[in-house]
Amino acid sequence: MVLLSILSIPFIAAIILLFVKQNEKANYIAIASSGITLALALNIAFNGAANFDTSWISSINARFVLTADGLSKILLLLTGISFPAILIATSKNDIKNRAQFLSLMLFTQTGLLGVFLAGDALLFYFFWELALIPVYFLCSIWGGEKRIAVTFKFFIYTFLGSLFMLIGIILVYTHTADQSFAIQSFKEANLNFGQQLTAFALFFTAFAIKMPIFPLHTWQPDAYEQSPTAVTMVLSAVMVKMGLYGVMRWLMPLFPEAFAAHSNFVVILSVIGILYASFIAIRQDDMKRLIAYSSIAHIGLMSAALFANNEIGTQGVLIQLFSHGVNVIGLWIIADIIEQQTGTRSLKEMGGLAKQNPTLGILLVGFAFANIALPLTNAFVGEFLMFNSLFQFNPWIAAAAGVSVVLAAIYTLNMVQKCAYGEVSEKINKMQVPNVPAQFVLIVLFIVVILSGVYPAPLFDLTADTLKQLFIK
Amino acid sequence: MNAIIASALLGVLMMFASWIFDNEKTHTRIALAGLLALIVANLLQLNGVYTVSIDYKDMLSFTQFGLYVNTILFILTFLYVWLNGDEIAKIGNHAADFYALFFFILCGASILTSFNNLLMLFIGIEILSIPLYILTGSDKKNLNSNEAALKYFLMGAFSTGIFLLGITFIYGATGTFQLTSPSLNPATGMAKEQLMYSAGLILIFVSFNFKVSAAPFHFWTPDVYDGAPTVFTSFMATIVKATAMIAFVVLFHSQFKALGYAWELLLTFVLISTLFVGNITAVFQRSVKRMLAYSSIAQVGFMLFALYGPTNFANEGILLYIMAYSVASIGLFGVLIKMKEYSFEAFNGLAKKEPLLAGMTTLFLLSLAGIPLTGGFFAKYYMLNAAVQSGIGLWLVALAILFAAVSIYYYFKLIQAMYFVEGEPAIQEVEQGYKYKLLVFAILILGLGILPNVFLSYLYF
Repeated sequence: MVLLSILSIPFIAAIILLFVKQNEKANYIAIASSGITLALALNIAFNGAANFDTSWISSINARFVLTADGLSKILLLLTGISFPAILIATSKNDIKNRAQFLSLMLFTQTGLLGVFLAGDALLFYFFWELALIPVYFLCSIWGGEKRIAVTFKFFIYTFLGSLFMLIGIILVYTHTADQSFAIQSFKEANLNFGQQLTAFALFFTAFAIKMPIFPLHTWQPDAYEQSPTAVTMVLSAVMVKMGLYGVMRWLMPLFPEAFAAHSNFVVILSVIGILYASFIAIRQDDMKRLIAYSSIAHIGLMSAALFANNEIGTQGVLIQLFSHGVNVIGLWIIADIIEQQTGTRSLKEMGGLAKQNPTLGILLVGFAFANIALPLTNAFVGEFLMFNSLFQFNPWIAAAAGVSVVLAAIYTLNMVQKCAYGEVSEKINKMQVPNVPAQFVLIVLFIVVILSGVYPAPLFDLTADTLKQLFIK
Repeated sequence: MNAIIASALLGVLMMFASWIFDNEKTHTRIALAGLLALIVANLLQLNGVYTVSIDYKDMLSFTQFGLYVNTILFILTFLYVWLNGDEIAKIGNHAADFYALFFFILCGASILTSFNNLLMLFIGIEILSIPLYILTGSDKKNLNSNEAALKYFLMGAFSTGIFLLGITFIYGATGTFQLTSPSLNPATGMAKEQLMYSAGLILIFVSFNFKVSAAPFHFWTPDVYDGAPTVFTSFMATIVKATAMIAFVVLFHSQFKALGYAWELLLTFVLISTLFVGNITAVFQRSVKRMLAYSSIAQVGFMLFALYGPTNFANEGILLYIMAYSVASIGLFGVLIKMKEYSFEAFNGLAKKEPLLAGMTTLFLLSLAGIPLTGGFFAKYYMLNAAVQSGIGLWLVALAILFAAVSIYYYFKLIQAMYFVEGEPAIQEVEQGYKYKLLVFAILILGLGILPNVFLSYLYF
């Protein structure tokens, strides 16, 4: 029942918000709803929750099953933390029709939670698409100048990908022994190697577009840049995780042979993507684009480690799913505060943030360190494990991916230098009043960064069962 | 049987209603009451109650499936008239005349859901078609409407001829019109009879493609849909098309399955060209009404998947499909009727002026595009599953999916106009009651999209 309520709270709140007119009231409702969701997520993560299972479409044996194992829990935690953080941090931003905006945000949250909880392939697909629709409207209505074309590209890309996954689901479904969509039946489906390859390709297309893996990434930087920042945060912190989640939930257990056969191919693509994104990030002057490319590089590393197909790498990815989300939200919030108050995203026009607002300066440095995975920060734990796994997979590939660490240091520290240090620039001088709620959120997130960096054991415990399932047969 | 008799009688009754009552509103009320009576009569038979017993020499057979389709069609017509009554009254002199035609069409439809004999099938199609020619040309002062009616009539007559020729061939090969007769089995015939049988089959196949407007036999569709008064386009593109599609599926799932290969190859060709023509041409339309005409062709492409095999998925799927498609289309046309002009630009800024209307339009469009939470998703899902199960190549399914992605382009163009473009929408005043009526359609779409089970379970009672 807890699982059903965590899904229905944002949904009900979203519907209520459709009828709310005042901005203030809407803010409270949305933040309260996301706060309750966070509490429930914490409860589920650390106390566990019973499966919710009820009949849905009996004639084709599709069931409404919600289930939470380690993999789901860690993403529930991430979704749970992200939304209140995002909503509070952007609560002072000037957004037209805020109630509708928040309503769509909460619909997105419902879709995301559904994806992470679904224990039935058709239900998974259902939520997978559902998470996309509100985002389409959010970006197209509240986005930047080129929003309509960019969002449409993003939508068509991901929609096409998920349709391929739908064929994959149908294909596996017709080969299940009991004609059911349950994960267990899918795992036991009677597929020969050729069919596995086809099904793998169909599922993989959807996940590769979502992550995205080079060369299917072209929708992403534009979409991140053009979306309103609150949505960008959702996209980059939580939504891209849908792709990685899909790989771990469906690809690895369902098509082990096809997965192994493709690991070289995908790892190489991912590493190309990492280097490509890192080099582009170095050349960026726009802070939002820089963070976007940096995020692509990080996700690339996660997909490489996942497809290296060993236990240590998968462990790293499971931890990093959470850490990357927290770090990237932190960076976005800082970028957003600066943009809201100064009206610029260009690094050239910044400088002297540390003098102007020392707290924000320190936080920027802190999140920058987390972004390059310095020890003591949360990202170090995950990235260390992931590089370890890549090294086991192939030292040369590990070396190539390792270059990205250096590159990450270059672009991140460059950003810090240009933004935080030097004389106070004309634009930064405009930042007279600190944005208190946003800074509060940043401090809380930073505490999470350090805590999970120093003492990551709870996260390991949380994901142990998923790891065991994937690797110990 | 109840439905066939009741609808014919009600049709005659409606014809005289315009003599007795002068008020058009009264006509609509009588029609609605008549439709309710029709639904009840049909439900009675579904539960085993017969009003009359006629020896129809086994030329009709009433199956659970057919009767349930009747129920769906009648309910859809009821909703359609309930929504559009005022608009129908605006056309021509007496609304009652049109309602009479509707009842005759439904009479044809109920024959088409229960035929067991090729002659009955033919009669059903004719009873269904002839009122349609009149409806198309009912806007007498509009040249487009006249042209459309003439075009429709000529094309329709031509395809009827082809259909008759096909029946003749089959009769020549087997000596019977009866569909369940054992002699209607091509495997036992000699080579010459086999040939005649195949020729007949292909002619009937072609003629049906005319009726459901599948490419390359679709050329009449855009002009007729565009020329006819929008209320009647709404009726033709949904309820009539659904009926023809059901008859098509039932006929080819029956005896003709035996001769599979010959027409399945042809079907694949028709299916691909329908998806291609419908989707690609829709992309370039400037008028929403024409776009909907082409989109209705594209939707037929998906429905044709049901023909591949008489699986559970195909049977349930086609029902789900006609429900989801008809409800969404009637709703969309219902919005379109209220527009002063039909260009995409006319919808600019609709979301600001009429948020509820724009929201419902979006829902209908999402359903046609097949997005989850709307009925269209399960409709498409069942069709694709039927296709995979029947063993045709995955490539065909993948191709269909690509075209589904193309369809996103033109459906979303309308959403973009409503939500993301500023402007003054060219819309008439819409009274609150009308919006609530449309809301029923929106709720139905959501219902079909969340619990399709509810709508399908009656199939098995």
